[in-house]
Amino acid sequence: MKHRHSGNTSDKIFMIVNHLLAFLFLVICLYPMYFILIASVSNVGMVTGGEVFLLPKGLTTAGYRMLMEKKEIWVGYKNTILYTLFGTMFNLALTIPAGYALSIRTLPFRRGLNFLFLVTMFISGGMIPTYLLVNHLRLVNTFAVMVIIGGVNVWNLTLCRNFFSTNIPAELRDAARIDGSSEFGIFFKIVLPISKAIVAVMVLYFAVSHWNGYHNALIYLREEAKYPLQLVLRNLLLQNTLSSETDAAGMSRLMDLQSMKYGVIVVASLPVMILYPFVQRYFVKGVMVGSVKG
Amino acid sequence: MMTTKIAGRRRPLGGGSQKSWFSPGKGGSAGQISLRTGIKRHWQIYILVLPAVLYTVVFAYGPLYGLVLAFKDYRPYLGYLESPFVGWKHFIRFFRSNKFEQVIANTLILSFYQLLAGFPLPIILALCLNYIPSRPFKKLVQNITYAPYFVSTVVVVSMLSIFFSQSTGMVNNIREALGLGRRLYMGSPTAFRHMYVWSGVWQSMGWNSIIYFAGLSSVDETLHEAARVDGASIFQRILYVDLPMLKPTIVTLFILNTGKLMSVGFEKAYLMQNSLNIGASEIISTYVYSIGMLEQQYSYSTAINLFNSVINLIMVLTVNYISQKLSETSIW
Repeated sequence: MKHRHSGNTSDKIFMIVNHLLAFLFLVICLYPMYFILIASVSNVGMVTGGEVFLLPKGLTTAGYRMLMEKKEIWVGYKNTILYTLFGTMFNLALTIPAGYALSIRTLPFRRGLNFLFLVTMFISGGMIPTYLLVNHLRLVNTFAVMVIIGGVNVWNLTLCRNFFSTNIPAELRDAARIDGSSEFGIFFKIVLPISKAIVAVMVLYFAVSHWNGYHNALIYLREEAKYPLQLVLRNLLLQNTLSSETDAAGMSRLMDLQSMKYGVIVVASLPVMILYPFVQRYFVKGVMVGSVKG
Repeated sequence: MMTTKIAGRRRPLGGGSQKSWFSPGKGGSAGQISLRTGIKRHWQIYILVLPAVLYTVVFAYGPLYGLVLAFKDYRPYLGYLESPFVGWKHFIRFFRSNKFEQVIANTLILSFYQLLAGFPLPIILALCLNYIPSRPFKKLVQNITYAPYFVSTVVVVSMLSIFFSQSTGMVNNIREALGLGRRLYMGSPTAFRHMYVWSGVWQSMGWNSIIYFAGLSSVDETLHEAARVDGASIFQRILYVDLPMLKPTIVTLFILNTGKLMSVGFEKAYLMQNSLNIGASEIISTYVYSIGMLEQQYSYSTAINLFNSVINLIMVLTVNYISQKLSETSIW
């Protein structure tokens, strides 16, 4: 509608090539994920033999039955759910009120506070000093460290601040104050209920990063019983895969793993992928809020 | 709050001389009140920001104190203060070590490659979808291309090891069918760079196109209409209408990305790393990890990281300065 076809031949060729290109983008992004999905329900011999391309072959649930019995996967799952749940709540409790406070133009020392946060984006102690601090606070190998590390994300804080400063007019706060509301009352009873969009964006950003991350667990956790799913996956799928490929002894272990690794990937990605279609518009909204400077 | 009182006494409002730390509202009642009243009136707001401030002070500023380790020979039983001071020793050791050139070169090659390969595709994707007349098809392609962004790094690297496996991977199956030999991609330094960069492009192409897509949808339709009347083809309209409109976004993002050239993330490189491809996969962040966490040379690792942070900071500041000059866009 917006860009009508004109009779021009070069435009016709363009439109054909353009559709092919869009289709190519679609296939490139979709196919690897689709392949994992069909491989997870196919006969493992046929998958490794290169017979599975477009449709599952030799339908079986063997891989899934096998991974049901892998205890460490489910322990990892439970851990990840807990870390994601409590971690995200911790992130929100810090980020949303702070973002609101920093959006208030009349707040004395507002620029100083902004600066305090912004600086941490560019200057940080790095891996070892942070590790030593966490160690000093006796947080290494605790549940707590997985919840609180990365508590304030300056980028997300900026998104919140920008959202509040463009969506909450000063007049609204003035009016509420005249009606006798305290600042707490204004934030919790008036601002939060009309700011569900930014809360949703933050929940999603933080939750996905908790769900998908393995770096903090790698550094701060010592016991396998506390490992989140991604670290379990890494130990299961990636460690020593190379030696398994190059020496014969590893081959049998590899074949064992072959039959369930597709299923493992599906199970690990499922929560995010199921939620994705429902929430993707919020993610996109987040990018948009971020591109407006406050 | 003590600082409050002091500041209140020293900076009465209304003189209009203070700009940087205190920003009064434009007009309205807030402009005329004193700083002390301003702070008192906002005390609940300070409570709202307090948890984030405390957290940042402890977990972001706290580790800065640990940077002294870079100039000391850290002994855990002596602590930060008592450990012997050694000056620039660790930095000099790093500059002289044979790893220095290797990790810096690997980091730069990887990030330049990533920038050059990853930058144009989101723009092409956005332009391509902008000329798809069918809305459902366009939406479908958008949603599918954003999805890989939410796949975890561990899963992406697992997928690489599945598709590129020497004995069972699809890529090698195809090579064999074509009469080419099987190759050990996961253990090849050259293949490491290609796989690292293109899997990254796969993950972020769709996501990064969002911003360009928004830019394109704000292009004034009358410009297109005028170009059409003048007989411009779609391709010409892309060249002379769309791209010029996207130029500020493109320039800004490109400049900002060059500021990050020395900071390649740890997660994926570490997962893909093994003894065979380490010649290409050892980058600054993985080296800092292996020296610090695995070999426990805390001071040396801190020094390497500090060196990298300083370079990063200089690059970001330079790039921001250039960006301000060129496009009047600043990251601040």
